Amino acid sequence: MPGKLKAKIVAGRHLPVMDRASDLTDAFVEVKFGNTTFKTDVYPKSLNPQWNSEWFKFEVDDEDLQDEPLQITVLDHDTYSANDAIGKVYIDIDPLLSSEAATVISGWFPIYDTIHGIRGEINVLVKVDLFNDLNRFRQSSCGVKFFCTTSIPRCYRAALVHGFVEELVVNEDPEYQWIDRIRTPRASNEARQRLISLMSGELQRKIGLKVLEMGGNAVVGYLQCFDLEGESGLVVRAIGTACTLDKLIPGSASNTNTHPNTAPASNACNSPSKEIKEPVFSEDPTHPLSVPPTPLRTLPSSSSPPPFSPSKLCSRQSSSSDTDLSLTPKMGMGSGISVGKEAGPLKTLLRQQAQSALEQREFPFFTLTCFPPGFLVHIGGVVSARSVKLLDRIHNPDEPETRDAWWEEIRQEIKSHAKALGCHAVVGYSESTTICEEVCILSASGTAAMLNPRFMREGCLDAGGSDQRLSRQPPLGMVGSERAEGEVSSSWLGFDDASPPSCGFCHIPYDEFNMPFPAQLTYCYHCRRQKVPDVLFTTIDLPAEAAVTGKGCLIQARLCRTKKKAQGEVNATAISNLLPFMEYELHTQLMNKLKLRCMNALFGLRIQISVGENMLLGLASATGVYLSALPAPGGIQIAGKTPSDLSYDQHISTMQKRINDTIAMNKELYNIHPPECIEEVVGSPIPDRQRSRLFRSTSESSDELSELDLSHGKKDAFVLEIDDTDAVEDIQSLLTDAPMPAGFYSCNTEVMPGIYNWTSGLQMFTSVRVYRLNNANLTNQGLNKIFTDLCENLLKSLYFKLRSMIPCCLCHLNFTVAVPEEELIQVAVTAVAMSFDKETQLAADKALNKGSGENEEQLQFSMELCGESTSSNNQPTAKPSGLPESAMTHSSSRDRCSTWLELLRLKAHTIRRGSVKTTSSSERCSPLPEVRSRSLRSTRSLPCGAPVTVVKMTPLSFLPRTRIVKYLGIINMFFIRETTSLREEGGVSGFLHSFIAEVFAMVRAHVAALGGNAVVSYSMKECVFMENPNKNQAQCLINVSGDAVIFVRESDQEAIPPLITCGQTSTTGADGTT
Amino acid sequence: MQIRYAVFTPILCRTQRFNCAINNTRLQMLFTQTVPGAIYLLATVSPRLDRYITLVKAYKMSMELDVFVGNTTIMDMEVYQLWLDGLTVSDAVKVRMDEGALLECEANPEVLTSDTMDQFRTFQMCERLLHSPTKLGSQLLYQIPAQNQIILIERYYEFDSVFAREVLGKKLSKGTKKDLDDISCKTGITLKSCRRQFDNFKRVFKVVEELKGPLVENIQRHFLLSDTLARDYAAIVFFANSRFETGKRKLQYLSFQDFAFCAGQLISYWTIGAMDSMMEDMDVDLEKEFLNELKDLKVLVNDKDMMDQHKILVCAALRGKIKVYKLMEVNFKNLSRALVNLASKLTHTKDVRDLFIDLVEKFIEPCRYDRWTVAEITLFLTHYTNAAHCLGTFRHQMIWDRYMGVIKSSQCSPLLHLSLIKVNYLSPTPSISSVSPPVNILNELNTFLICKL
Repeated sequence: MPGKLKAKIVAGRHLPVMDRASDLTDAFVEVKFGNTTFKTDVYPKSLNPQWNSEWFKFEVDDEDLQDEPLQITVLDHDTYSANDAIGKVYIDIDPLLSSEAATVISGWFPIYDTIHGIRGEINVLVKVDLFNDLNRFRQSSCGVKFFCTTSIPRCYRAALVHGFVEELVVNEDPEYQWIDRIRTPRASNEARQRLISLMSGELQRKIGLKVLEMGGNAVVGYLQCFDLEGESGLVVRAIGTACTLDKLIPGSASNTNTHPNTAPASNACNSPSKEIKEPVFSEDPTHPLSVPPTPLRTLPSSSSPPPFSPSKLCSRQSSSSDTDLSLTPKMGMGSGISVGKEAGPLKTLLRQQAQSALEQREFPFFTLTCFPPGFLVHIGGVVSARSVKLLDRIHNPDEPETRDAWWEEIRQEIKSHAKALGCHAVVGYSESTTICEEVCILSASGTAAMLNPRFMREGCLDAGGSDQRLSRQPPLGMVGSERAEGEVSSSWLGFDDASPPSCGFCHIPYDEFNMPFPAQLTYCYHCRRQKVPDVLFTTIDLPAEAAVTGKGCLIQARLCRTKKKAQGEVNATAISNLLPFMEYELHTQLMNKLKLRCMNALFGLRIQISVGENMLLGLASATGVYLSALPAPGGIQIAGKTPSDLSYDQHISTMQKRINDTIAMNKELYNIHPPECIEEVVGSPIPDRQRSRLFRSTSESSDELSELDLSHGKKDAFVLEIDDTDAVEDIQSLLTDAPMPAGFYSCNTEVMPGIYNWTSGLQMFTSVRVYRLNNANLTNQGLNKIFTDLCENLLKSLYFKLRSMIPCCLCHLNFTVAVPEEELIQVAVTAVAMSFDKETQLAADKALNKGSGENEEQLQFSMELCGESTSSNNQPTAKPSGLPESAMTHSSSRDRCSTWLELLRLKAHTIRRGSVKTTSSSERCSPLPEVRSRSLRSTRSLPCGAPVTVVKMTPLSFLPRTRIVKYLGIINMFFIRETTSLREEGGVSGFLHSFIAEVFAMVRAHVAALGGNAVVSYSMKECVFMENPNKNQAQCLINVSGDAVIFVRESDQEAIPPLITCGQTSTTGADGTT
Repeated sequence: MQIRYAVFTPILCRTQRFNCAINNTRLQMLFTQTVPGAIYLLATVSPRLDRYITLVKAYKMSMELDVFVGNTTIMDMEVYQLWLDGLTVSDAVKVRMDEGALLECEANPEVLTSDTMDQFRTFQMCERLLHSPTKLGSQLLYQIPAQNQIILIERYYEFDSVFAREVLGKKLSKGTKKDLDDISCKTGITLKSCRRQFDNFKRVFKVVEELKGPLVENIQRHFLLSDTLARDYAAIVFFANSRFETGKRKLQYLSFQDFAFCAGQLISYWTIGAMDSMMEDMDVDLEKEFLNELKDLKVLVNDKDMMDQHKILVCAALRGKIKVYKLMEVNFKNLSRALVNLASKLTHTKDVRDLFIDLVEKFIEPCRYDRWTVAEITLFLTHYTNAAHCLGTFRHQMIWDRYMGVIKSSQCSPLLHLSLIKVNYLSPTPSISSVSPPVNILNELNTFLICKL
């Protein structure tokens, strides 16, 4: 009996009228946990009953505590007929099981009914008395903390990052069981909700067990997904990164101020002090860290996935397969390239060192997207793999072998891609599925990277010395690796200590003479010693230490492909055949748009491919930035297919001019002014730095290039060859992306580079749109156009909606597309709008500049920043002038479109990735709340006088101008809502509007009941909407997750020191924790 | 394919020109394609437009569902007003376009329509909560900042005084609700808005009807309205409860505000709450006992001695002070009789209902006929009231004061709508400062009002 759960029902309010005669309700409550049920007395004739019940006590196993939700049902007592259910509340008691999270759940919960929505509220008190169980063979994993946040949570430090954990459980979907034919929709929905709640509890428990086995105490970047496979069942799967986290005590923060993990914002502050901090092991009593830590051990057989076995799938396709590798831009697509034969022996040494640490793991994957400084050594590029499967009924829910094998396969592929890129790890890793009928596409993507092996070892995050002491590796190897690194790039030790340019992460990890794909290498624009690629694509967030010129922006590639309707195997094959082309085109679009914005790196890349019965949708979103360490991007050159008549040439040249104008305009808009003169001072070995200016000229720059780059003589400008229909599309879509209205910025990463002074005003929102295509005989171009317009219009609507927050930035713009039915396209967006203060931007920039200048190298960058800051001030004035221009561009482009003149073909000559240069000065620009400037008026502070706790929600891992003081536990909720009176509820829009509002309300209520006042890392992972207007019915499923937290507002006084000292590396850490 | 014919608006961006040959005539049309599925034809509408629909076939699609939900509910108060005014979405879009909403954020009509629909839907979903405003603060469904909640409620319960004037004194029943379309035609307020206002009246009435304690406070407590708005609602509730006749032609010149003022007076003088706010009774009904006691005032006209004495006292006080002194002297008995008879009749519900019409017919009209000024009437009434105290045999001082308090103010208050210069007028009248405060104010008002007559 290791646990006692106690619940008390206090009162209800706003109950619905259940008795028409008296306009009142005789309500009572059933409290159920596991198989035990208690009832309160009936509180007669009231809409605001006061039950004030005794404590209902459940004595249960902690295993059940983890799996089961507490189920509270409110009913209306009826003397003559059956009692009517008013609604239910499911309370996940997991947060109470961790000693560090919440201690009591107390508050008003909305009473939810799957047919009627929220019907009143109920006040509940829940407590848990947990008896510690030190049984080694236990099945529970109480105490393991879960975080959705994909970085080290704010008030913790990572003592150790153990690595990838995954698990999946399968079951039959109650909706498809035979019993569903005879039970009510309500019963069916409730069975489904309950089952998924149980399954996710079980999943968490199992993952927790794995974490304990690895010696960790927390899962960061926990990503749980549902696959509703219809007939074939229900899969709940999760991935995450196991870590050993130590809680930072605010008081002691000043001592540990050098710790990089206190806040990614202060990542820059690599400890100047060599003080070794012992990880605190005694924090969690159940935590078996005293056992010799085995973080590198492969998963034990009990939990390891079954051996790789060919599944009964009918078709299987991965994007790496036979697409033209030389053209395939995807990083890591070169699976055929062996890694072992590097030229540089030092690099090899390093690699071996790192590999020895990582390769012992089955999958060296990390779901994190933000890292402690020094963690990332190099970034290779994006690796992704997709596989098309045919679903089959899950025969034995207890042995989910097939699904495990599928994922195993994909992960192996990812791993091999990463290897091909010369990387031993994958960061920013995520998995997803899309299902249509019986076809399922499994996708996984991440960023191949070289990691600092020290972080994988015990207690070595603090300083170099400790890892030698604690390391299980031979000390010699350790030293060797460090020396090697010191020569190969700016040494880790170096940048741990004095923070010299940390451009290391954009240096290529692979061998330059044996590249996995054609790439254009140049010397790093920052350190001048290492090679960097010309373009860098990643799935992670922009590292805090990265030096960025100008601001970033959201870049989206959208693609629609028609497909013949088919069944089974044929269908799967058709999809498999389409996938590589879609990926290729998405990539080309991304590349073009990136060039058009004069940027050279993409962060947070997320490619979603969605299958419908007769079409495939592809949507790639990323945040483009200009990394100072990478070469300036070349322009876009349009070339006709053949030397033809004069008018044709003329057309090409006008088009070219328009593209050039757009590039110039975008440079203004995003403040991108590459620091040319500075490079002169450095004595750049690269003669063609003017390329950023002369980007139009192909011949010129290619000449220059051949001079500089020994390996590749071709290219500078990106050449678009106009020779077929598709290219018209591409060029058009390139140019018709509407610019953002003045005062708006957007990105899909955590924060926007170039904006530092957030105010506390923020607005999280979800927007869903469904479009019906009225004509089935659409061409690919027609579809593309529709899809692009659809996304653009959605963005426009968002801008208009949020215009009161100007100046603001839409952060973490997360688009999800789906094809719920034939001819329907569904787009859902969840993002947060955060306003920033324009006036203080200048001040902040100045302060940043002042802060830098410790050495000459940094001085250069401070000058660069200076230029940036002044131009950011000019920006508002510059923008209006730019806008009419863009409008002109559009209309004229449409002119041309209307004449349907030429057919273009877009061809990428070279597609590569670039690298990033980082400086310590850039760290100061890190736009996180801790370094935000002082005394900003909060534009939209919510009233505190309201009786209902205001709960803020954000998809980001932080709240601007606040400090998260406590994580209360993970929020993971699944709701179903159904209606049989669609018209009466305001049609589909009215129905979904109220459902989403209800979901928000329930999330807020749970957070408030835990004692929290915000949800961070919030995401809506699933929004499945089905309608049948003829029957006046609709059904919707929503799955949301996030971390409940308590934050405190940073007072103005507190905020001043960061502003002044944020430039000084030694204090930045303290700012993060105070 | 839906083609919408939009009014030409020069601010539309992104237009596209089509040159179309129709019957050998070149016709230029401007299309703006704002969102897939909707083509706005800006310049000319050709009868043979369908021929050109093929041009834009590629954009065939329509929006099935469009939802935006913020963690903090976003509410545009300008759109809220349009919604309250009962406009349809398309009308509201037009109004917003005229107001230049398209200039913001590079919006286009489609964006505006989407936003307006969304806002209207939000308001519609919140409407249920606005019906019991106290719920709005404790509900969990929408996270609305407190200051917005206040505005939402206040605006929702605001009403057009033209409309209120029409409904004033009528029974708030289904029958009246059926007549709302007439009122809508007459006042130019949309039927939807009329219904909302009527339902508000009815809802407030139902809630406070049976409640004990001060009416205004009850309304404020249950509906969280501002003080002024709560007072107006108190008047509406009071009139609806007592069903005072206000619809007669002779009363047409009185505005809602005039009646609201009167209601305030009646509540503060003639209800039980007026005498004892601690009393466990309500403000809504006139005090029966008091109305019965009013009969006793008859002695003022029935007792000849008393009447003569009364007249002498008043005349002595007014001599030389008013121009219409002669007429007053002649008519004193008629006037006094009119006022006292009015009081004595109030035991019958019918007569209570006709209070205002009787006042106008029996007292105000004779005075007006004799060309009394407002100041003169005020002065007369003041002395008329005070003189009764000096009558040694008159024992109903309390009743008299309560009665006359209302008469003094309410018969004159009808002129409140001319009261713009009230403040200016009042300031140079220091003589009244000796009187006790409430009476003081009433007198001030009277003086002023009667002047305006």
